[in-house]
Amino acid sequence: MVQSLDRSQGRAGSISSGSANTHGTFTGNRALQIEEPLIFEMGQAGRCGVDLPEPPPKSSGVKDRLNGLRRKGAIGLPGLSEPQVVQHYTRLSQKNYAIDMGVYPLGSCTMKHNPRINEKVARLPGIGDLHPLQPVSTVQGALELIDSLAHWLKTLTGMPAVAMSPAAGAHGEMCGMMAIAAALEAKGERAQRRTVLAPESAHGTNPATAAALGFVVKPIPANDRGRVDLAALKAALGPDVAAIMLTNPNTCGLFESEIVEISKAVHEAGAYFYCDGANFNAIVGRVRPGDLGVDCMHINLHKTFSTPHGGGGPGAGPVVLSAALAPYAPYPWIVKNGDKWQIAEDGAKVDGMPLGRLKAFHGQMGMFTRALAYIMSHGADGLRQVAEDAVLNANYVMAALKDVMSPAFEGPCMHEALFDDSFLKDTGVSTLDFAKAMIDEGYHPMTMYFPLVVHGAMLIEPTESVAKEDLDQFIGALRSLTAKARTGTAADDFKAAPLYAPRRRLDETLAARKPVLRWKPSNNPPGTDPLKQAAE
Amino acid sequence: MAETKYTEEHEWIRVEGDVGTIGITQYAQEQLGDVVFVDVPAAGRTVAKGEACAVVESVKAASDIYAPVGGEVVESNAALADSPGDVNAEPTGKGWFFKLKLADKGELAGLMDEAAYEAFVKSLG
Amino acid sequence: MRYLPLTDADRREMLSVIGAKSVDELFRDVPASARLAAKVGGLPDHQGELEVERAFQGFAAKNLSPAAAPFFIGAGAYRHHVPATVDYMIQRGEFLTSYTPYQPEITQGTLQYLFEFQTQVTLLTGMEVANASMYDGSTGTTEAVLMANRVTRRHKALISGGLHPQYRSIIETTAKWEGFTANFAKTDAEGLEDLIASVDRDTSCVVVQNPSFFGHVRDFTKLAQACHAAGALLIVVVTEVVSLGLLMPPGEMGADIVVCEGQSIGNGLGFGGPYVGLFATRDKYMRQMPGRLVGETVDADGQRGFVLTLSTREQHIRREKATSNICTNAGLCALAFTVHLTLLGEAGFARLAELNHAKASQLADKLAAVPGVTVLNDSFFNEFTVKLPKPAAEVVEALAAKRILGGLPVSRLIPNDPSVANLLLLAATETATEAGMDPLVAALKEVL
Repeated sequence: MVQSLDRSQGRAGSISSGSANTHGTFTGNRALQIEEPLIFEMGQAGRCGVDLPEPPPKSSGVKDRLNGLRRKGAIGLPGLSEPQVVQHYTRLSQKNYAIDMGVYPLGSCTMKHNPRINEKVARLPGIGDLHPLQPVSTVQGALELIDSLAHWLKTLTGMPAVAMSPAAGAHGEMCGMMAIAAALEAKGERAQRRTVLAPESAHGTNPATAAALGFVVKPIPANDRGRVDLAALKAALGPDVAAIMLTNPNTCGLFESEIVEISKAVHEAGAYFYCDGANFNAIVGRVRPGDLGVDCMHINLHKTFSTPHGGGGPGAGPVVLSAALAPYAPYPWIVKNGDKWQIAEDGAKVDGMPLGRLKAFHGQMGMFTRALAYIMSHGADGLRQVAEDAVLNANYVMAALKDVMSPAFEGPCMHEALFDDSFLKDTGVSTLDFAKAMIDEGYHPMTMYFPLVVHGAMLIEPTESVAKEDLDQFIGALRSLTAKARTGTAADDFKAAPLYAPRRRLDETLAARKPVLRWKPSNNPPGTDPLKQAAE
Repeated sequence: MAETKYTEEHEWIRVEGDVGTIGITQYAQEQLGDVVFVDVPAAGRTVAKGEACAVVESVKAASDIYAPVGGEVVESNAALADSPGDVNAEPTGKGWFFKLKLADKGELAGLMDEAAYEAFVKSLG
Repeated sequence: MRYLPLTDADRREMLSVIGAKSVDELFRDVPASARLAAKVGGLPDHQGELEVERAFQGFAAKNLSPAAAPFFIGAGAYRHHVPATVDYMIQRGEFLTSYTPYQPEITQGTLQYLFEFQTQVTLLTGMEVANASMYDGSTGTTEAVLMANRVTRRHKALISGGLHPQYRSIIETTAKWEGFTANFAKTDAEGLEDLIASVDRDTSCVVVQNPSFFGHVRDFTKLAQACHAAGALLIVVVTEVVSLGLLMPPGEMGADIVVCEGQSIGNGLGFGGPYVGLFATRDKYMRQMPGRLVGETVDADGQRGFVLTLSTREQHIRREKATSNICTNAGLCALAFTVHLTLLGEAGFARLAELNHAKASQLADKLAAVPGVTVLNDSFFNEFTVKLPKPAAEVVEALAAKRILGGLPVSRLIPNDPSVANLLLLAATETATEAGMDPLVAALKEVL
């Protein structure tokens, strides 16, 4: 039976409903946890949160040039005053977990500290307010800034070129794989090399990207050490293979120890090596991917270089390129001509064969600024320490939990520790239940059920930002949960978790079976339509 | 007399005359969990044996359904649009996906009967 | 280093728990040939906040801030006033430093604002369903073409000559490497293009922009009907979302997919990004949409809550069969959009649009009076094209030398086309003032 949606949560204590609620308070609130309706349930005609000047009156002689296409009906936007808007979004913010609140060990996402100096410099007049199509003579500093970041990225990775414009990691993958397609085309091999190899443990974006470009994705198996099976890879390589897409360190948190042999075999077969750089944080300053034979690698600036994750974006995914792929980098190219910076845009002559354009303008400048501020703050010495501390923290978690949880592979790990769910066998507690119980302990859960190659996977990435005493408390909490699970009688408690979060477990089946993806006036229970109330 | 055959992809086909009704097995629906959406082929479409022609989705997974035999789709289960849960409740009854007019009844020979399918499921552990 | 909490004593203690003698031991899986013995050479060491800030002030000093000059550039990125509340709100750590709401119990804040965002987008565009945002309008437009190819199972897109030239470039690039046909109508500076006769039974979609890149405001109702008669979809792109406060929404014209660049609301110019793409369509195409979707549901106590939903379309589940390879949206930019639009509300948004139109009308009238300048547009919202007696690129450089940011020479985005060499695209938003327009007019009279 499909449950009916109870939409009366908006204003539990308003005079019109006033009934008891889950928390037993008149308001439905629980101290600092305030129940908050949707803006559409709060608005009143006649309220506005901005003061704008009167438009010139019709009589002023300024004529309407809208070609008769003036909007007829109302849009339906609610009216709220500024204090109401501030309270609304402040209350919503308090229903979120965040890096600023504590350990956020979401594996493969690198939830490190986001310094506020990054935010400050990104908003400086003359940086944050520049128009992307100002005359190039008026944005020389902006171009120099982008080139400074490009220089750091190329030097840290040991690669000769970088394409800055991709908007996110997945977009960077698209850019890198297009560059490979372009290089193959230039060699006359694009029609023949249709296969892309990717390990079964790959991020879902890898096969999605390759398939979008018309490649056939062929999985390559892992060995029992959680690494690519070199013999199987060699057997799969042939004149039909365009590229291998490999994450390194891989999604199991392990360094591909045979990476040099892998890249050698790939190149000998005439294919290219795409490296997914999602896990660059583990090796920045200690290993240059260029030394491993990588042909291209995207760098998620929001992971390794601390630009804010922002509730899921915006990201930025510059792609470093080997000499073989550099000529195919997309527009725009930033080039220096004497002492003047210039932008080579679509159609401009450059020293290469650009694959085209991937994004309007010049890339995620706001993210470049933040990433560069982070990089300059750390310097070459600090970045090396970042990788070392990130790897140390992960290994410490693995060592402190290996007797009560079950590491999927033998260590040392890199920047994240992967466990399977065998330690929960016969307890009635699943990976999901275990994760939800962590919420009640005040933690964001680790990445669950990824990578797919490990049963009930739990991927813990503490990052370098967590102090030892905080890590010790985190470890203590996980040890306590494993002890509770092992009693064999706590499954119901785990299944009920979380108890203390702003919401209990949410019904995802209902959400998917009867998708409600927007508020509609009829969503409101009778008598609570704010538009009607305003009219009355 | 209707005969029911099974595939290794956990589809069943029940054949009456030259029309086969196709759905997924009890085992398959248990593995999927709560089904939230089913995409069925339109009547009139011709499908080849082994062709991906329907999709069944749970909250966290999506699986292709392959035609167990070739033929022309003569009817699809429109009711699943509003009640995908039928696939969980009655996978071999109300939860059927589509009906095919068989192109070649000989293709049925390669499929498993009920006993063979049960043994196959057991072998999966 | 101020961001690194571990002390040397911590590190020693942790190594002993791990049972390793040194951190180097933890990197033993790295092939010896690739291990760097010391920090990467040729790069500076760490710096304090003061030094970092000073370096960025140095970059900034080499640029001309639009705040310091009369400013009239648009072309897909618009200078508007963003209320202080917006920037405060997106810097709250609970929003700024949270991630994709994978754990809905502790990310209701993000999920609810995205649900509000989705609703706002449907209202503005006149569509039925919207996603939780795309990277930006330019990439969203290409995603819309790919979606139309999926929906129609056709592979030939028809692209208007009034679409932003860089958006056209991205479609061209995607078509080349992903393998579909894109036919590009010729540049339409006059706003007279009629694509109806070019729609046929193989057409998957027609992509138009309103107002067009050159500023013209068009009614696409008949084009929508022609598309539907041929089984194709109409994609309407809006690069200036403020126009929707005054103009008939694309949904009313019969659009099947609407993509907007949402930067104008809540997001600064930022030298081109990050911005936020709005993406809306009809309910019947919901499952073919790219990107994340937030849906309403209930929790175990029956309380209303929100979750990411219909995620089986996405790459982490469908992998090579996903609707798109996208995994992030533009969450924080979407929040900025939503907070700003909520502050504006119905009355404020409509008035903002009126103001923009009035300022642009005022500017057009002033420029039309300059000898040698012809305004090409009969219709526009806050942006229009003028024809100059000489190459616009030279004129813009001459204006810049006088510290006036006087529009975009069309030739910058459409090079090697003599027919656009003398065209200048100008925008005026609510931030434009008469005190800025008059120097532009005076300077133009000098340089022309």
